[in-house]
Amino acid sequence: MEALFAITLGIMTASGVYLLLRARIFPVVMGLTLISYAVNLFIFSMGRLATGVPAVIGRSEAYGDPLPQALVLTAIVIGFAMTAFVVVLALRSIGELRTDHVDGQEPSK
Amino acid sequence: MNHALILPVLLPLFMGALLLLAHGMGKPTKRLLSLAATWALVPLAVWLLLLADDGQLRIYALGNWQPPFGIILMLDRLSALMLLVTAVLAGFAALYASRGDDERGPNFHALYQFQLLGINGAFLTGDLFNLFVFFEILLISSYALLLHGHGPQRVRSGMHYVVLNLLGSALFLIGVSMLYGLLGTLNMADLAVRVSLADPAEAPLLAAAGFILLVVFALKGAILPLYFWLPRAYAAATAPVAALFAIMTKVGLYAIVRVFTLIFGSEAGELSNMVLVWLWPLALLTLGAAVVGALAARNLQVLLAYLVVASVGTLLAGIAIGSEQSLAAALYYLIHSTFIAGALFLLADLIARQRGEYGTDLVTAPALQQPLLLGAMFFVGAISVAGLPPFSGFLGKLMLLRSVAPGPEAVALWAVVLVGGLGMLIALSRSGSLVFWRSSEEAIGLAADPVRVLATLGLLLGSLLLVIAAQPLQAYVQATAAQLLDLAPYLHIVRGGEA
Repeated sequence: MEALFAITLGIMTASGVYLLLRARIFPVVMGLTLISYAVNLFIFSMGRLATGVPAVIGRSEAYGDPLPQALVLTAIVIGFAMTAFVVVLALRSIGELRTDHVDGQEPSK
Repeated sequence: MNHALILPVLLPLFMGALLLLAHGMGKPTKRLLSLAATWALVPLAVWLLLLADDGQLRIYALGNWQPPFGIILMLDRLSALMLLVTAVLAGFAALYASRGDDERGPNFHALYQFQLLGINGAFLTGDLFNLFVFFEILLISSYALLLHGHGPQRVRSGMHYVVLNLLGSALFLIGVSMLYGLLGTLNMADLAVRVSLADPAEAPLLAAAGFILLVVFALKGAILPLYFWLPRAYAAATAPVAALFAIMTKVGLYAIVRVFTLIFGSEAGELSNMVLVWLWPLALLTLGAAVVGALAARNLQVLLAYLVVASVGTLLAGIAIGSEQSLAAALYYLIHSTFIAGALFLLADLIARQRGEYGTDLVTAPALQQPLLLGAMFFVGAISVAGLPPFSGFLGKLMLLRSVAPGPEAVALWAVVLVGGLGMLIALSRSGSLVFWRSSEEAIGLAADPVRVLATLGLLLGSLLLVIAAQPLQAYVQATAAQLLDLAPYLHIVRGGEA
């Protein structure tokens, strides 16, 4: 399971970085979103991957670590707010600058 | 448990929320509330500073959950000092803003309070994940404040700033969660204990987590090669926001000092002081690059933004040397550079207002209405920031230069700092003579608003005060540096820290 998980994260992060390096705002926002998904999964995995271990003491022999789950929740909320902000900013940039290039101007030919 | 510790976080939080809820209140009421809340932080910070000056660490366990299980706030000399610097700077910037800059968009004051909440929280927290949360609070308010007041230039530079910082936040989370995965805690003191007891096989992973955190803090602190966002962003912001942002790079540097003296400090075994060798060349290169940028600047605000980067380089050099003397010098320089950068950003706005459409562009423009007043203020600010006597920049640099032992390090530091100072002086005198002496026609602007002048003067006089009160201040920063490097009390915060 760890190997599969690690490969998934790797692919997501690589795709995210690739998209982040594009020149248009939409792919950049997609890239940031992918990276933040990958990061959230990474935090989650820091509580160690296991099945059948609820984060409650006494229900079963082993128990999961609840703290990474709490951290992931915080990170998701913050990431969501930030993504919303970037989208609004991108809309305003298109409205005011008439371009969706990340530099706010079309590259001169 | 002293409840005063949480007040610098709660006061801006409640005031910001109130200002949001009472959206319909008149402008004067909002201004009054915001100014009162901002200035109330000053006596509060002075009180905390006096508390912290007895050298004890004060802990505030939220919900009375004992560390390392709960989240704690931690007050030591360094946090108290940073709180006071923030409060004074924010007070004057808010005063300046309340003369019209806050009307350029809605909710300026609420955002301003949330920004202060984030900054104060970052200085007080003793928990690494909470540091992330407070960073995000101060960032999201800074995004909105940076864009405050519309204009294509702001949107353009805002986009870079926001995207870069979002990436920084992702890296921060990776670093934090790696540390948690390896050590099972997020309390800074507990992290320090566990790093010192860590299995040597895990040392490379811990070092990787530490360096990821360093990249994040370097991005916030604008250290080479991660400072390129700063000049555009700071030059585009409205004056009071740019002045308040003078403390933002210092938040990054504060985080570097906190994490790399405590968690990866002298007790960290194999990893002890691992970043210092990296910080040293970066500091000198940052300073050099900033001076080149300042010399090339064609706009007064861009020039000032590069001076902020230069101060980051100087400060970082003091941190990188790592001795008690140099850390104390860096802290003194930090107070000086924050006040003077804030003052100069406000002053640049005063100048821009009298030059009409030319703004702060360094070109020949109509004469200023009050060349003597503004010129004198610019003169004082310029020699202070360039590090000439008799102002605080000189003392700070002198302390730093004297703190390094003779050897190749000293040669490099003296050369870079002194040549850098000369470069800054050239850039400032060139722009000063252009703005004040070379004018194309008669003055067209209106005289400056007295309250705005007062706010700028207040920060400038701070530089003078730093010289007059140099002795007690130096004693305080010396004690701060000693406290930072003596880790035993920090490790005692958590049970089992005796190890």
